Amino acid sequence: MEACCPPRLSPRPEAVGARPRARQVATVGPPNTGKSTFFNRLTGAGARVANWPGMTIEVMTARVLLGATMVRLADLPGIYSLEGHTDDEAVVQRFLATVPLHAIVAVVNATRIELQLPLVLALKATGVPLVVALNMADEAVHLGVTIDAARLAAELGVPVVSVSAKYGRGMEDAKRALAALLGAHPEPVVADLGAVPARDVRERESARLCALAVRMPAVLPAGATARLDRVLLHPWLGIPLFFAAMFVVFQAVYGIGVPLQDAMKWLQDALKNGALAPLLSGAPPLMRSFVLDGLVDGVGTVVTFVPLMAVFFAAMALVEDSGYLSRAAWLMDALMGRLGLDGRTFVMQLMGFGCNVPALMATRVVRNRAARLLSMLVIPFSLCSARLQVFLFLTTAFFSPTAAPFVLFSLYLMSFAAAFLTAFVWRRRYASREPLLMELPPYRLPTLSMVAAEAWRATSHFLRRASGFIVAGVLLIWVLTHLPPGAAPAGPETPAGWLAAALAPVFGPLGIDPLMSIALIFGFVAKEIVLGGLAVVLGAGTDQLAGALAGRLDWVGAMSFMIFTLIYTPCLSAIATLRDEAKSLRFTALAVAWPLSLAWLASFVFYQGARALGF
Amino acid sequence: MNLSLDRLAADHSAAITAVHATGMAGERMAALGLMPGRRVAVLRRAPFGGPLHLRIGPTELMIRRADARAILLDHVRRWKPAARRG
Repeated sequence: MEACCPPRLSPRPEAVGARPRARQVATVGPPNTGKSTFFNRLTGAGARVANWPGMTIEVMTARVLLGATMVRLADLPGIYSLEGHTDDEAVVQRFLATVPLHAIVAVVNATRIELQLPLVLALKATGVPLVVALNMADEAVHLGVTIDAARLAAELGVPVVSVSAKYGRGMEDAKRALAALLGAHPEPVVADLGAVPARDVRERESARLCALAVRMPAVLPAGATARLDRVLLHPWLGIPLFFAAMFVVFQAVYGIGVPLQDAMKWLQDALKNGALAPLLSGAPPLMRSFVLDGLVDGVGTVVTFVPLMAVFFAAMALVEDSGYLSRAAWLMDALMGRLGLDGRTFVMQLMGFGCNVPALMATRVVRNRAARLLSMLVIPFSLCSARLQVFLFLTTAFFSPTAAPFVLFSLYLMSFAAAFLTAFVWRRRYASREPLLMELPPYRLPTLSMVAAEAWRATSHFLRRASGFIVAGVLLIWVLTHLPPGAAPAGPETPAGWLAAALAPVFGPLGIDPLMSIALIFGFVAKEIVLGGLAVVLGAGTDQLAGALAGRLDWVGAMSFMIFTLIYTPCLSAIATLRDEAKSLRFTALAVAWPLSLAWLASFVFYQGARALGF
Repeated sequence: MNLSLDRLAADHSAAITAVHATGMAGERMAALGLMPGRRVAVLRRAPFGGPLHLRIGPTELMIRRADARAILLDHVRRWKPAARRG
């Protein structure tokens, strides 16, 4: 139906139309309906992001056995309508128009049924067999929304099931309904998007159905959400409360994460000294050094931070799932608007605290290209988990336990300052006018299992994506610092020594000595290897790294090092993502050069300023 | 009377008479329930000229004042959330 679809969505013709062995089913629904939770409940743990066969579209897919039928499920991006023009809507349109499906599961939010039924009517009109899942049934009960599912099913002429994916209720009904539908329709159908009736026709039909089957309280019980909003969105208290909440989160990360990290360190040393060192006692010295000083020290330093990261991701999931994150967008929009951004960018910046890469990809919701580029220029300043591990290590090594959280907090403030300055400087070059409309979902009490699942997902994703980088980067550093054989680690005769000498005039004024600058050079690949790199460069194990650093640097130098690490290029994956999303080499070059210059300037001003003040 | 949504005071509701937005903006507004015939309430207005916090039926959303100007209203009433009665 759309002549303007981007080429990356084009199907590979040979695979489309081939009769699939498994039944093909897609879940479709608006954003904020708990669609992904529903999908995960339906498919268990096997879901993964992958290309759909024959399409160059990345969707969440999973295979699941329903009764005796093998079903291949795709979780399509959240959409408000089939006619929209966002990237996500284009993906769904293209998918539906090309992939023959045995069934569609429409997942809607039961509390918003009156707004979401028009989409259900559109999906029904495409001719693909349909099941409707009224999700968030628990919240609907809570809000006093009652839906007569049987009546709705009779009027719509399709099965309707009431579910609460969050608590796993009604999922068996949903599976039974889907299995029955698949049994009744053995042949797949390609959706006929041309058959979708006009919006006002669907609106009228939706209103008629709601009148018959849905009872909405005229004024919903405002309850806890309204009471919370009166405090959390208070004109003067709102923003301070938001930053206070964030501060508490960081304190919690310290309080829970650091003891876990110590336990990991102890385990790693036990493994290295107790098992690996005796095992390699007969090996040639170069190989011994390669394994113990390169692999184990480098990778081990990174691995000890995994529990800390898990705690961090759990805390972010808690904030996000509670519904507070979109309130943050509301609170910050006045400021962000003046910077040429919007409240959503602020939320993406917060997402960027986990990892810049998904945050950069999330800018797809910003449809205006200029606004999107500006967001992408700003997000890499978010203090991501990889940088966090560098800062956690250095702040604990150089500052007292009472001062360390404040230093870390100041780095977060600096991260925002760099982002805002960047937006302010470039806001005219990337100016946009696009309406901002966003749902503020009711506050939800996140369940422990959801938070734990998110922490696990994010941490394991990070490890999977980063492990190749980490190992390669750490080994590269080992090679550059330990060759030729017999040279002192990172001594003047090693390749790293030459590099450091060449860059001394650049990093000298920042108080970063040549050896430390080597770690920064490799930090360009990934911040995950900065610490591992430092351990190798200084020839220190994880347990001695803090001591070795303290001998070379005072707190001013350490802070300057951290400021540079915070602001310059996050990692190669972020650059790759940026280039892929922006599809512009010039913009990518800007996104590398600008932060580098800013990082040098900020470190220079801090270091020279602090020295001039006598520190 | 033709008041635009950006000028509706907090804790007031009104009926939408017209939405002067086309294309994507219009689609998005309609998808979220901002269309003629519906009642919209302004729950609060963010300080420093920030966005409005709206309620349409059971849905709460945010909209910028500049965008709210496209929405015309009639029949303004005081909005009484249930929580305040209790």
